[in-house]
Amino acid sequence: MGHPTPQRIGVAAETGPGETRVAATPSTVRQLVALGYEVVVESGAGTASGFTDDAYVAQSAKVGDAWSADIVLKVNAPSSEEIGRLADGATLVSLIGPALNPGLVAELASRPITVLAMDAVPRISRAQSLDVLSSMANIAGYRAVVEAAHAFGRFFTGQVTAAGKVPPAKVLVAGAGVAGLAAIGAASSLGAIVRATDPRPEVAEQVRSLGGEFLAVEVEQAASTDGYAKATSQEYDRRAAEIYSEQAADVDIVITTALIPGRPAPKLLTAQDVASMRPGSVIVDMAASQGGNVAGTVAGEVVVTANGVTIIGYTDLPARLPAQASQLYGTNLVNLMKLLTPAKDGRHVIDFEDVVQRSMTVVRDGETTWPPPPVQVSAAPAQAQAPVAAKPVVAEKKPMSAAAKYVLAATGMAALFLLTAFSPSQLIGNFTVFVLAIVIGYYVIGKVHHALHTPLMSVTNAISGIVVVGALLQIAHTDTTITVLSSVAILLASINIFGGFAVTRRMLAMFSRG
Amino acid sequence: MTAATAAQAAYIVAALLFILSLAGLSKHESSRSGLVFGASGMVIALAATIGLASRSITATGLTLLVVAMLIGAGVGFWRAKAVEMTGMPELIALLHSFVGLAAVLVGWNGYFEVEADGPGHAAVAQDLLGIHHAEVFIGVFIGAVTFSGSIIAYLKLSARIKSSPLVLPGKNLINLGALAAFAVLTVFFVMSPSLGLLIAVTAVALALGLHLVASIGGGDMPVVVSMLNSYSGWAAAASGFLLNNNLLIVTGALVGSSGAYLSYIMCQAMNRSFISVIAGGFGVEAAASDDTDLGEHREITAEATAELLVNASSVVIAPGYGMAVAQAQYPVAELTRRLRDRGVDVRFGIHPVAGRLPGHMNVLLAEAKVPYDIVLEMDEINDELSDTTVVLVIGANDTVNPAAAEDPASPIAGMPVLRVWEAQNVVVFKRSMATGYAGVQNPLFFRDNTQMLFGDAKQRMEDILGALGSDAAAPSHRTPVGAARTV
Repeated sequence: MGHPTPQRIGVAAETGPGETRVAATPSTVRQLVALGYEVVVESGAGTASGFTDDAYVAQSAKVGDAWSADIVLKVNAPSSEEIGRLADGATLVSLIGPALNPGLVAELASRPITVLAMDAVPRISRAQSLDVLSSMANIAGYRAVVEAAHAFGRFFTGQVTAAGKVPPAKVLVAGAGVAGLAAIGAASSLGAIVRATDPRPEVAEQVRSLGGEFLAVEVEQAASTDGYAKATSQEYDRRAAEIYSEQAADVDIVITTALIPGRPAPKLLTAQDVASMRPGSVIVDMAASQGGNVAGTVAGEVVVTANGVTIIGYTDLPARLPAQASQLYGTNLVNLMKLLTPAKDGRHVIDFEDVVQRSMTVVRDGETTWPPPPVQVSAAPAQAQAPVAAKPVVAEKKPMSAAAKYVLAATGMAALFLLTAFSPSQLIGNFTVFVLAIVIGYYVIGKVHHALHTPLMSVTNAISGIVVVGALLQIAHTDTTITVLSSVAILLASINIFGGFAVTRRMLAMFSRG
Repeated sequence: MTAATAAQAAYIVAALLFILSLAGLSKHESSRSGLVFGASGMVIALAATIGLASRSITATGLTLLVVAMLIGAGVGFWRAKAVEMTGMPELIALLHSFVGLAAVLVGWNGYFEVEADGPGHAAVAQDLLGIHHAEVFIGVFIGAVTFSGSIIAYLKLSARIKSSPLVLPGKNLINLGALAAFAVLTVFFVMSPSLGLLIAVTAVALALGLHLVASIGGGDMPVVVSMLNSYSGWAAAASGFLLNNNLLIVTGALVGSSGAYLSYIMCQAMNRSFISVIAGGFGVEAAASDDTDLGEHREITAEATAELLVNASSVVIAPGYGMAVAQAQYPVAELTRRLRDRGVDVRFGIHPVAGRLPGHMNVLLAEAKVPYDIVLEMDEINDELSDTTVVLVIGANDTVNPAAAEDPASPIAGMPVLRVWEAQNVVVFKRSMATGYAGVQNPLFFRDNTQMLFGDAKQRMEDILGALGSDAAAPSHRTPVGAARTV
């Protein structure tokens, strides 16, 4: 076998305007090295996130040309020039957005390379540790609230001060996905009144758990089977539009997060809705990069409308918390590399049998493999499985009715009565003792402490060695067979008695109070 | 006062002492006095019986008696001293088999004493003869079932035979058939006793005991051991009926009913009917879990676990049989001490059927000097798990399986379990990803707040202790770990 040469991972510097993130931090580099890889970081790649070249070198990375490496890690999709710099046979891992950028996919496929899209991770629980959409959306949701608070000229929390009363801000979060929930949590912890909408009624509980109020759109709605929101029905849209109109007039801050994969963002707030908002209100449109949820959003810009409503259309919200965003993105990449490096030998393999790896692979060796076959998500409400799952359930044990209990008890008593009444007197005496002892045994043990089950069992075991009494009484018999059998019985029962008590004593001596 | 009345009086005192003994063993505070009561009761009973027997015994008989008891005592003390606490289940199962065999021998002796001597024997009045026949038969039957069942339990527990359940076609019919055969044989024996019938019933009972326990899976062993404990009591009581000896009846019934009740508690803890456990075969219908994609587990290192623990405010340790197998109780206790010294609240959550014997985990932890007041029962700890920073699951599997609570189709559905998954972080110590005794896959391992620490539990525990030791001087900064996760 011998040791195969470890592959090199290159961490490329981001070139996109405003991008501050980097695909690996010193701590994720260490984990990549632990998987057996050599890591080359492009000079200055981590500067904008606060990681110096020296910090990478300290984790045994080299600083040099990242693009010639076997595997290139990146945050944003590569430019044409960058695609050209990739070595033949190399593997590129970055955000691609294959559904929105067919041109990019075609360009990538023109090279003999393999491309994994970090934004094409299927939404199954197993893949959660690689899901950058989740990790970035979490950051973005938080940052959206911070941006809103920054632009909003007032407190979020209500206060009663000597200088007068301050009402709390009202925040509407449209869409309770990862970003929406993060925004709900951040806004409510700042003290605002938070309301949230989502086409999926099942998220209501999650909204409430973060301190938000769920505004249900009461319309029949198909459940999502792939974990993502779907386009909604007309009836739903009409009712939802009413809710948004009502809310827009009432709330101070709107944060919209509605995105449907591979499609332009749905319009939630119309120009009239925006116009009905109070001056000084703030809208953060987190869907700005895909056209925006709000009429008047300009991607990447802050716009102030005629009636004084600020619409924030930043598309780089995660990049505004670069150190953390890089760390989380980098960890997602490490988890991906772990998945691709089962042998931890510094050589990656892509297993198309694995649904996660299959889904993420956009291009393999110059061939387009997008779109992947659809993935069913286990986390989705299992409506189809419900009848199947219900079948194996054994009929619930019915607690016995009171009448049945009495009948049973009476039958038992009667049987005992008959058995005893027709017995010779000696047996009656034995029965009396027997029955009473059973009851005593039951009550005596009733409240036994769980920790003492074993000592109790070993002591009862020792006590049941009392059967030796029988053998002792029989050994006096003159018959040799009986004497021999009795001796054996005495021996066995004695082991029990002495062993049982001794071992119980040993156990009890161990128990001590703290 | 005659020797006979003196003996009877001593028996009453002994019986009372046995009752006090069992009562005393229900609580920690009185457990030691309970043991003293039990031992004194035994001494009194033995003294009275030997006194009674010595009136008519020959010198050879007396010698045999003394020799047999001395050998028995020697072997008993030796085993009690030598046994590892982890080996307790095997020892107890083996001891049960001795009681069973002794009861069989007493029954056979009863036959040789009376029935073999032919009708008109003076020892038993004529009108009681039929009953005596039945008593011999019943005593031998119960004793033999206890004997062979305990032997199988012993072999399973000590891993000398496979612990998976034996599945014969129509196993319930086999059991019922054996009982029916017993009933028929009893009728024949009462009508005309013969050695052949006695041998036949012994064989039937041995086979029944063997089949009963062989068809019960390893996971149900706590119930089995407790059930055999109960059987050994009934066997002693049957001997008491045979010999018209009230002490035997009282003691046997005490042990029998308390053991049965203990088994019942165990069964409740597993949400299964006593009958179905005894009928055997749990785990067979656990049709190897469906192909649901449970996801991928995450691994953690011993160092990271140590860090997690040091920064935790509360830690709950849920041990299982794996801790016993790995003999990890000592490092676990050491870890508990170190963490408590740092002000971390450490407690233990014990599932009622953790281990292979009721209370098995408690004994092991006590052996390692873990104070018993931080060792809590499932019901005591379950509601507090959601406020717990870290749960360490050490060699437990089915007792912490969320499928029991959440998946109605799971073979262990409805079994009360430790809800460890509600804690912020769960670290599972495990050898591999294999399933537990019930053969059911455990979704806990794939939860987002679960991390796996693979390897020998003892070795890993020592690694954690090592990691803790190196930073022992560092002040414990107490940042809470693990934040609420959003999806």
